[in-house]
Amino acid sequence: MEFQTVYPGPWVDIDKSELLTNNVGEWRYRSPELEKSKCSHCGQCYLYCPTGCIEDKDTYFDANLAFCKGCGVCAKVCPVEAIRMTTGGK
Amino acid sequence: MKEIRLHGRGGQGVVMASEILAVAFVAEGKYATAFPSFGTERRGAPVKAFLRTDDKPIREITQIYDPDCLLLADPFFQNVAEVFDGLKPEGILVMNSQVPVERSPHKNAKLLGVVDATSIALQEIKRPSTNTCLVGAFAATTKWLSLDTIELALKEFFNGKALEGNIRCARRGFEEAKIIKF
Amino acid sequence: MGAIAEGEIKVLSGNQSTAEAVVLCQPDVVAAYPITPQSEVVEELSKFHAEGALQAELVEVESEHSAMSVLIGASSSGGRTFSATSSHGLLYMFEAYFYASTLRLPIVMAHVCRELAAPNTVLCSQQDILTMRDAGWIQIHCASCQEILDSIIMAYRLAEDPSILLPVNICYDGHYLSHLSARVEVPNQADVLTFLPQKKLRECRLDPDKPMMQAPFLGGKLFTEYRYKHCSAMQNALQKIDYIDGEFQKSFGRSYGGLIEEYRTEDAEIVLVALGSAASTAKAVIDVKRNEGMKVGLIRIRSFRPFPSDRLEKAIRGKKAIGVIDRDVCFGWNTGIVFLELRALLTRLGISMPLVNFIAGLSGADITVNHIGRAIDTTQKAALNKPHQEVTWLDLE
Repeated sequence: MEFQTVYPGPWVDIDKSELLTNNVGEWRYRSPELEKSKCSHCGQCYLYCPTGCIEDKDTYFDANLAFCKGCGVCAKVCPVEAIRMTTGGK
Repeated sequence: MKEIRLHGRGGQGVVMASEILAVAFVAEGKYATAFPSFGTERRGAPVKAFLRTDDKPIREITQIYDPDCLLLADPFFQNVAEVFDGLKPEGILVMNSQVPVERSPHKNAKLLGVVDATSIALQEIKRPSTNTCLVGAFAATTKWLSLDTIELALKEFFNGKALEGNIRCARRGFEEAKIIKF
Repeated sequence: MGAIAEGEIKVLSGNQSTAEAVVLCQPDVVAAYPITPQSEVVEELSKFHAEGALQAELVEVESEHSAMSVLIGASSSGGRTFSATSSHGLLYMFEAYFYASTLRLPIVMAHVCRELAAPNTVLCSQQDILTMRDAGWIQIHCASCQEILDSIIMAYRLAEDPSILLPVNICYDGHYLSHLSARVEVPNQADVLTFLPQKKLRECRLDPDKPMMQAPFLGGKLFTEYRYKHCSAMQNALQKIDYIDGEFQKSFGRSYGGLIEEYRTEDAEIVLVALGSAASTAKAVIDVKRNEGMKVGLIRIRSFRPFPSDRLEKAIRGKKAIGVIDRDVCFGWNTGIVFLELRALLTRLGISMPLVNFIAGLSGADITVNHIGRAIDTTQKAALNKPHQEVTWLDLE
């Protein structure tokens, strides 16, 4: 019998295998819009983001829209209100 | 027997849409079964629902492989080939789209019902739950159910302001769905 | 009472059907812990309880082990009880589960059939409950939401019968039945109460005014007497299950065949044997095969425990081959579990007949019309003594 799985027991080698990833950004109906000048680079949005999609751009943090679900947590926790959830653009 | 397959993402109300339609079919004196198929239960994950309706008791309890009708809750799915697997020739497609549809997304989809369910839902219930709007569009496109029965069925799922909002969604889905024959 | 009672038509999922039935049976104590795909049962019962429709003491527990332990206490005190679980929940409560049947407590528990890890899964199979076949519970398998509702009502009448006094599992497939919404007729309360036995305190119970010792430490012979009596009760249940199904038909107009349901078996040359939702689908496939000229029938086993040997014998005598669909595996025999039970039956009856096994539907895999068609074709090959495999893993080959 031919098998698609590799090992006797249910193990997957992460380096060798292609794990399924979802570009959850497709789900989004509102996006985080950053006012760069306001960003104090504190990292709260980065820490709180449930999908971990916020990236450190050296002087500011910004969401990677491929994985951003548009939940709005970053906008809520930003202490300087630099992020606004908008439906314009995608 | 009619087999209807619904596609959407977790949170769009696809499972509830299949249940609303099941209630509506039974209210009109028919038999109906509906069940969902999903992987992990979370917002955004792909969800399918399988709805069957017939004049006699339904015995098949399997997923649907040869649907007579497809219902797409998210515009994204019209570009996913597998969504159309098994659609019968002369198939019906009910879909949510923000832009006008010029061509049928699949050769077997000969009758289309297109409605901007996302916008209607955001306007009427302030959430992108497209299910009740699409249920109205389904009734208008297939003519297998009346809008009155849909509104009756909605009472099983909502009350108060939510019921009013979802009835408006269903009505607008029914009235604003663009029915196109290809 | 001559008239057949009519109920209210609703669209309910399998889990909702369970909850509706429980409310109608008026248990005294309910304790259940949520687990996919059973969670809706607990949610619905909580809603009914909050609304006042369910008058029971709803005990919130932190695990399935506690849920069954609470029910053992409540049932031992004479109360009517209910729980529900699935797969790992059943495993978690196993210690108490075995205790409940050997204490001879008439507990009724809905069981939603789900796969056992590993690999990780929450999806359908019958591995969990069939693996527990030796725990001494009565085990009835359903194939529709209506049957789930009706079977829970019948379960209380069965469990509380003085010649039985055994806990009953009403089993149904995870997602394929638990989450299947369908047209269901819900009987009205008065008719259900008429059908059910009057609640009365059993002679053996925990009661400070009438002290009795429960489950003393026993060695050898005396212990063995209890095991024998337990088996006798299982034996009594064979006739009782058929009888109660007949009574249910008189009262509510619906029958499921009792221990087994037979579909087009009378003149069949080959038969399929299956449990649960796949058996329902099989009826549709059999109709297609019949139109093509094949003489095939279906035996749907409802009562897996007690095992319905006599009813099965009548159903299979004279047939040319049997195909068994298993939604489970038996490690060590490396076949399905139901297959092994049929094999034991054929040996006991001295019948030599080709018996073939199909393993399918594990971890939520769909048992499709095509799978069942293949099972029928292979069973037909076996009947004609053509070369065939004894065990086919339908999703792997």
